Amino acid sequence: MSPPPNELCPSVKNILLLDSDGKRVAVKYFSDDWPTNSAQEAFEKLVFTKTQKTNARTEAEITMLENYIVVYKFVQDLHFFVTGGDEENELILATVLQAFFDSVGLLLRGNVDKKEALENLDLILLCIDEIIDGGIILETDPNVIAGKVASNSIDSGAPLSEQTLTQALATAREHFARSLLK
Amino acid sequence: MAQPLVKKDDDRDDEADYSPFLGIEKGAVLQEARVFNDPQLDARRCSQVITKLLYLLNQGESFTKVEATEVFFAVTKLFQSRDLGLRRMVYLMIKELSPCADEVIIVTSSLMKDMNSKTDMYRANAIRVLCRITDGTLLTQIERYLKQAIVDKNPVVASAALVSGIHILQTNPEIVKRWSNEVQEAVQSRAALVQFHALALLHQIRQNDRLAVSKLVTSLTRGSVRSPLAQCLLIRYTSQVIREAGNNTQAGDRPFFDFLESCLRHKSEMVIFEAAKAITELNGVTSRELTPAITVLQLFLSSSKPVLRFAAVRTLNKVAMTHPMAVTNCNIDMESLISDQNRSIATLAITTLLKTGNESSVERLMKQITNFMSDIADEFKIVVVEAIRSLCLKFPLKYRSLMNFLSSILREEGGFEYKKAIVDSIVILIRDIPDAKESGLLHLCEFIEDCEFTYLSTQILHFLGVEGPKTSDPSKYIRYIYNRVHLENATVRASAVSTLAGFGAAVDALKPRIFVLLRRCLFDSDDEVRDRATLYLNTLGGDGLGTENDRKDFLFGSLDVPLVNLETSLKNYEPSEEAFDINSVPKEVKSQPLAEKKAPGKKPTGLGAPPSGPPSTADSYERLLLSIPEFANFGKLFKSSAPVELTEAETEYAVNVVKHIFDRHIVFQYNCTNTIPEQLLEDVNVIVDASEAEEFSELFSKPLRSLPYDSPGQTFVAFEKPEGLPTTGKFSNTLKFIVKEVDPTTGEAEDDGVEDEYQLEDLEVVSADYIVKVGVSNFRNAWESMGPDCERVDEYGLGARESLAEAVNTVINLLGLQPCEGTEAVPPNSRSHTCLLSGVFIGNVKVLVRLSFGLDGPKDVAMKLSVRSDDETVSDAIHEIVASG
Repeated sequence: MSPPPNELCPSVKNILLLDSDGKRVAVKYFSDDWPTNSAQEAFEKLVFTKTQKTNARTEAEITMLENYIVVYKFVQDLHFFVTGGDEENELILATVLQAFFDSVGLLLRGNVDKKEALENLDLILLCIDEIIDGGIILETDPNVIAGKVASNSIDSGAPLSEQTLTQALATAREHFARSLLK
Repeated sequence: MAQPLVKKDDDRDDEADYSPFLGIEKGAVLQEARVFNDPQLDARRCSQVITKLLYLLNQGESFTKVEATEVFFAVTKLFQSRDLGLRRMVYLMIKELSPCADEVIIVTSSLMKDMNSKTDMYRANAIRVLCRITDGTLLTQIERYLKQAIVDKNPVVASAALVSGIHILQTNPEIVKRWSNEVQEAVQSRAALVQFHALALLHQIRQNDRLAVSKLVTSLTRGSVRSPLAQCLLIRYTSQVIREAGNNTQAGDRPFFDFLESCLRHKSEMVIFEAAKAITELNGVTSRELTPAITVLQLFLSSSKPVLRFAAVRTLNKVAMTHPMAVTNCNIDMESLISDQNRSIATLAITTLLKTGNESSVERLMKQITNFMSDIADEFKIVVVEAIRSLCLKFPLKYRSLMNFLSSILREEGGFEYKKAIVDSIVILIRDIPDAKESGLLHLCEFIEDCEFTYLSTQILHFLGVEGPKTSDPSKYIRYIYNRVHLENATVRASAVSTLAGFGAAVDALKPRIFVLLRRCLFDSDDEVRDRATLYLNTLGGDGLGTENDRKDFLFGSLDVPLVNLETSLKNYEPSEEAFDINSVPKEVKSQPLAEKKAPGKKPTGLGAPPSGPPSTADSYERLLLSIPEFANFGKLFKSSAPVELTEAETEYAVNVVKHIFDRHIVFQYNCTNTIPEQLLEDVNVIVDASEAEEFSELFSKPLRSLPYDSPGQTFVAFEKPEGLPTTGKFSNTLKFIVKEVDPTTGEAEDDGVEDEYQLEDLEVVSADYIVKVGVSNFRNAWESMGPDCERVDEYGLGARESLAEAVNTVINLLGLQPCEGTEAVPPNSRSHTCLLSGVFIGNVKVLVRLSFGLDGPKDVAMKLSVRSDDETVSDAIHEIVASG
């Protein structure tokens, strides 16, 4: 984790995906502001409790906590957060959040909930990796992001007989998604 | 509806607990990772195991060094597989494990192979991984590939190389600087994100070369930037160039302002907002420059998107601090935001309105806020209370409605911090607005009738004891205080007893009645309460030792030693024949906690601060100076300036100075901080050269014996000066000290030290140092009652000024007087303005100033200065300041 390279370059401090109890589904920190796991968990708890009662389901919402700007959006039992410094352009952070939110939606084919997210955790992690690199925004177009992640997903060449039913379904979905995204 | 409750819970539990990672265990997963070593790799299985490992890391699990190394080596085997998805997970895993140097070598060749692969996905990711984990030595080997990648036709590959370049620049700038040509080419890329990344990198390569940055901005602002993100970057670079050039160009239009203004019409909201924000943050921005930015922000206020509303209202809130008049146009939109679903937005809207509101809108605003207060969280309420406090200080005439508002919210439900904020505000209003005193005290009395917080009750009781006896009818408070003795816990009872005694001591007429009440307290169940009652009865009763004043001083005077020192002395005191002697307690303030420095602007106010005298810092300075015997005969401290920094930020030794003005003396208090852990400074002293301050003669200096790392200390230098005159001069300062090396492991200093010097910046004593800001609540009354006997009127031409507001501000700062009735704010586009100032001049002479400004021609400002005071020499002195300033 290197600190943001330049105070002038827009930067993201963390991306969080939590469930409806505030537990981690996937998180990624790009800043040394939270050096330990417990510091990170404390921040997640704060963010979760302070935003829990708001309605961030139609439009992305925003708040300031401990001098960080947090933009967030909820769907089903998933809570999406993007955090930036207090001098950051709020609309840039909102763009990153929307990119994350929409590409996860594409990758999970609209079934965006905790269960589906955990079953496809590899896709979620790759998705975060494609949006931000070391705090710098890498890509914000959800179609491009999902395209890059999906083209990398699990080898679909294995014979069906060796797959369990869920795996078979997942493979089928991949094929479907790929054809959609092309 | 009538489902059994148990059933329902079961269902929910099942759903919530379901997870593909249920019961996952680190040991088992590490076992599973052995499949990476299989000769026949099962790509899907391997991917799943990597996902599990990543899941564990993500949940906060950590691997031991051995485990991490083992996993790393196993993962490197997976480069054999040609499976795309697996390779992608391998990249991710390697980045998460952040391997050490000798491990990196293992994967270098595989990654370099991928960097030259035909698959773009491999190339882009291999670049990112390799640059993330590599050190400088390897970079020279791959530099050639990276340069090629920067201008690759595939945007993903180019971006990967550029972003990696930004990261590498931190550690190996000399290598990345060689890529300048390629990066410059990439700035012209058609791909939006490539352009953004290239611009960021190019600027960083050139950031230390002002001219190059300025050229870059000049060429790009002509319009070849397509991506909104890159455009935002360009706006930031442009403001930086404007900021750095600002000092050189005084008159005329600001360079690049047209570019910023044109960005307000960009199609992307992100860019519009960035430009508007940049304009509002320009140094000395004029109202003409502000107008277009405010207009777009105003449009955002009614957006359907909360993020947009928040961004706009937050920016306007900041503008309102410096240019309240510029924001008034948005007041109607702002008022509709008070009921915004998003409470952060609503709070920002309210505080902005409180800053921009004028005297006539206060009442209407208070009504709206009252409705709003009931449904926001305490932390937002505190922000509102603080805004109301400053509003009340701005419009002292409106204290009645604001005080009523504070007392009504004080009666409502709320947590400790919130209640404390309200009480603090009332206390500050009582101190600063004399008219508000009686009603404020009664509100506090009513509050303690039903206060659940012991801390607040005791603080209020103490405050009542100080302020209550000075009111016109002290007896009406007694009932409230005595009620506490009946109804409260021991702590509150004890402080109520002290407060009663305070009234008894200060108001002779009440003394017999107070004694009756105190005697009743002798039967209290608590030791402390009884002890206090006994002490007060016996000491005030008349047959004690010393004069009456001595006794009052003993009971109610403040200790002239720092409490910390008293505490340590008492702890060290061993019970013996000899009684504890308070004179043996050291009076010097040893070291201030550094925390104070870290939280600027959060100085204790209200009840937290020492309760006598309004400005809490000045009070503590006075006590500090009085505690040093050498300064004891200087008389009463007239004014202490704000600290002036004498060193740049981030230097080895940080020094700032506070100027303490006495009638015939001036004392410089140098606050020094040693920021080098390996050093201990001793005999720290500041050598002051006063050759450019002839009327001052140095009396003596008081060196600091030792200055350890990170604990600030003070050294003092005292000067004599002509009595009661605003003598000015310039002083140059050198810090002199003995350095001793400190062993970082033991923390012990070596015996031998070396003498050393450190040049500090110059310090000036100006006329404004001799004036204390003291506001008056009704300027006209004060002006009339002062009479025209010592009035001095003259007119001045101020020459060409940037704006009327700038001219007004300059004069206010020059005089160092308190603006009254909000007249420091100049409405936009006005051609004339009147500003009212008040203060106290050295020698305790009240000064009132009426400034009338007018625009004379396009930029020339003319000013009429009328001064009234009790002493005509002082009136003349004020004119002298302006004439020479």
